[in-house]
Amino acid sequence: MPDVTKTATAAPDAVATPSVDPSAPVEKPEKARSLWGDAWADLRRNPYFIVSTVLIALLLLISAWPTLFTSASPTAGDLVNHFLGKPELSKVGSPEWLGYDQQGRSVYARLIHGTSASVTVGIAVTAIVTVVGGIMGMISGYFGGMIDAVLSRITDVFFGIPFLLGAMVVLQAFVERTVWVVVFALAFLGWTQITRVMRGAVITIKQADYVHAAKALGAGTTRILFRHILPNAMAPVIVVATIALGGYISAEATLSYLGLGLAAPTVSWGVDISAGVAQIRVAPHVLLWPSIMLSITVLAFIMLGEAVRNALDPKLR
Amino acid sequence: MSTIDKTATVPAPRENSDHNGPLLEVKDLHVEFHTRDGVAKAVNGVNYSVDAGETLAVLGESGSGKSVTAQAIMGILDMPPGKIPQGEILFRGEDMLKMSDEERRKIRGRKIAMIFQDALSSLNPVLSVGYQLGEMFRVHHGMSKKDAKVKAIELMDKVKIPAAKARVSDYPHQFSGGMRQRIMIAMALALEPDLIIADEPTTALDVTVQAQVMDLLAELQREYNMGLILITHDLGVVADVADKIAVMYAGRIVEQAPVHELYARPAHPYTRGLLDSIPRLDQKGQELYAIKGLPPNLLKVPSGCAFNPRCPKATDLCRTEIPALVPVTEQDGADLPGRKSACHFWKETIHG
Amino acid sequence: MADLSKNDEAVAAALDVPVQRGEPILQVRNLQKHFPLTQGILFKKQVGAVKAVDGVSFDLYQGETLGIVGESGCGKSTVAKLLMNLERATAGEVFYKGQDITKLSGRALKAVRRNIQMVFQDPYTSLNPRMTVGDIIGETFDIHPEVAPKGDRRRKVQELLDVVGLNPEYINRYPHQFSGGQRQRIGIARGLALNPEIIICDEPVSALDVSVQAQVINLMEKLQDEFNLSYIFIAHDLSIVRHISDRVGVMYLGKLAEIGTDEEIYEHPTHPYTQALLSAVPVPDPTARANRDRIILTGDVPSPANPPSGCRFRTRCWKAQDKCSTEQPVLAIPERFRGQDTLAAHESACHFAEERDVVHAG
Repeated sequence: MPDVTKTATAAPDAVATPSVDPSAPVEKPEKARSLWGDAWADLRRNPYFIVSTVLIALLLLISAWPTLFTSASPTAGDLVNHFLGKPELSKVGSPEWLGYDQQGRSVYARLIHGTSASVTVGIAVTAIVTVVGGIMGMISGYFGGMIDAVLSRITDVFFGIPFLLGAMVVLQAFVERTVWVVVFALAFLGWTQITRVMRGAVITIKQADYVHAAKALGAGTTRILFRHILPNAMAPVIVVATIALGGYISAEATLSYLGLGLAAPTVSWGVDISAGVAQIRVAPHVLLWPSIMLSITVLAFIMLGEAVRNALDPKLR
Repeated sequence: MSTIDKTATVPAPRENSDHNGPLLEVKDLHVEFHTRDGVAKAVNGVNYSVDAGETLAVLGESGSGKSVTAQAIMGILDMPPGKIPQGEILFRGEDMLKMSDEERRKIRGRKIAMIFQDALSSLNPVLSVGYQLGEMFRVHHGMSKKDAKVKAIELMDKVKIPAAKARVSDYPHQFSGGMRQRIMIAMALALEPDLIIADEPTTALDVTVQAQVMDLLAELQREYNMGLILITHDLGVVADVADKIAVMYAGRIVEQAPVHELYARPAHPYTRGLLDSIPRLDQKGQELYAIKGLPPNLLKVPSGCAFNPRCPKATDLCRTEIPALVPVTEQDGADLPGRKSACHFWKETIHG
Repeated sequence: MADLSKNDEAVAAALDVPVQRGEPILQVRNLQKHFPLTQGILFKKQVGAVKAVDGVSFDLYQGETLGIVGESGCGKSTVAKLLMNLERATAGEVFYKGQDITKLSGRALKAVRRNIQMVFQDPYTSLNPRMTVGDIIGETFDIHPEVAPKGDRRRKVQELLDVVGLNPEYINRYPHQFSGGQRQRIGIARGLALNPEIIICDEPVSALDVSVQAQVINLMEKLQDEFNLSYIFIAHDLSIVRHISDRVGVMYLGKLAEIGTDEEIYEHPTHPYTQALLSAVPVPDPTARANRDRIILTGDVPSPANPPSGCRFRTRCWKAQDKCSTEQPVLAIPERFRGQDTLAAHESACHFAEERDVVHAG
């Protein structure tokens, strides 16, 4: 049903689907099993899900309480330590663990304190985009007609703007570029993806017989939207939003790298990567560690998205 | 293998080098699907055979394993999650399950072709019908584009598509459901296979079109002297074209009989129940007989005879012992050729 | 037939309604639904219309089952949607107890819905997969709180489950935990919840296995007796329609071709399309098939966006003459049978109506 997110994997013809649906759940003596419950049972056993949630939980913890992980300040530098860079494995968690940067600041401390910028941007943009895009998509898909035509054209216009280029232009308009300014710039251009997914899902679901059945009973628009359409349209939106979250984090890093996103003194992986590139020959570790952190974070969210997609889409089982 | 140029003349009987048995023989086939909830036993020891020029109808409801068996024969089963732990599929005496992928590919399409229920999703929407039909000749016979197109038109004529010449460049969506099914049949026929497997070929069509398509299929089968396996759930469609019928339930054949005999005197309570439960067109009936209970859960096939929870005649024997598919005889012991039943009480069912 | 709606006497006379049937509970008059075909993205202009339903009239009486048969695309499912007000009719009226329900909205429509309910074709898509059975059936009481007091609802849902032959303890299960036949029972329970007078059944058993079809059909007949329901039973399976219906209407390309009692239609069809349809039904009896009259139609159903002039069936009809392309046949008792005491004297929209028993022909 609402598998808007999945097109390529759909069975190309009748060949692939045996008439005996092996996954068809038939009479079970056990208790009620909701689709969400089934998905959860699936997820719990998925190693990708476990790895990604552990990573994400750790990242959230780090961004909420960075001082739990390091007592060193990310901004206090001592030039004595200038570009000292051998990882000292025996000193896990100490300021000198991953070496120092140009100004003698602990790379490890900066990694830890930079997490919150990335994670905040990712989560905040996703939240805004899901709410705004979701509402737009729902209105557009459910009401159709003129409303849909207008909203869809607006969506197309925003969709047509290259994401990073557009964000750069928006950011140019701000003198002081805080985390929230970056969030605004990314959300301003990012909502279209969710709108499209939501609209597609709603259009499919509003033609389902159970929606007709609810109308035939005399259900009002609110009930149909929130009891019948939204719960069934959520699955593809959740998947797309989770995967996009990783994308927003890397977009923030890219913008910061280009000098248009966050800038010093804000601590962020993008800022550090930008600074590290200049010294890649002298002190590669300054570039290496924030890059690894960034990759792992993005990967964790994409893995989570894929795991959720597999769990929510019974056809792939 | 015969070449295509023969189509103009009446095809000669298939010369068949050294094999004298049936065209296709399925022996003790098992298929299971490994799912999250356990192992679904879709096919549990199926035996059947088809001769050239013969129509075998495989009748069953959803979950009976009728389509899975066909997919196993064609080698298009999704594996995994599907698995064939046991059994043989003999085509002209050779076990296809032991062949290499390359050998199987050679048989598929050329010797055994398949027609599906949903013609629209089986045809490529972005290629013209003529191109798709011609592809068979270009790929398998190395024909030129032009010759292949001529052949495509010939085939479309053969399956009685009006104005074939004008429509050869049309795309699948420009044809009606009945016409698309004809194109599917033309495609299956293209390489003059020895055996066609038709999986619910008319289920998606309207009754008036159904009749046209079934007639065409039967006519072509006679003309080419092909074997035909017709898979369906519709007792009506089967009655019109089949020579013999195999009734499947929960992955097993429960009854096998020549078509007239099955309808006149079913030898399995499931067959009898099915026949009694369909309303008649030519008379107004009373309350319909209904087979009680639910179709079997393949993850938990009942012990003994799989039909026992729904059977009016079930005894303790049925709940413990799986009935074998045994020959059915007249009351006096006289042979009933081709009749078999997998019921402990077939005597009571057929003669009672 | 448009003016019939204005005059009840004329209706009764024209339709030759037997007196004992009493007042019809539902009267459908010249019902039409045209779906516009548009071009353009933002500014749409209409370039034509698909005439899915194009002038359909019939009556439904208390406690009877009216079957509507036809092939895909004939408009029978659209009729169901129109009767349920799920689609707005382009023209025509549907009178429920004298009130035209096609013009209703809001509170008045909601009140009518209590009395007209629907059972859908596909038991896999007609139940919300994220709601429990209890919520699905109980939702009717959330929408119409006057039917059942809040504390009473769970018990009422369990009662309904019991009525349709499901274990009341299944109330907390989700639809995917049931088989197709069980799901259709849930759909029927939902349709019954408001205690309606009319249930419109759109292909209620066509998605089910043969062995389960009979169970559901028997259940529906039992419920009809128990609750004095009137059914409109839409299906493409002519055998099942005959079994359950008191009267049958045959649709072709948005119009009724023929309507009458089940005996009139099945034993004494006078419209060539009905005859062809009946003769095409595969009969599960190889000996009976031998002595049946087989009419194999050529060609396909024309597009409802561009139907043939005159009689819509003429492009596939073996009797077609010039008159058929110029003059639209009216659905009425054919002149030659009028006033005669024969079962062929029922409404048939054919210029050359004649009787032909294709089902028993020897």
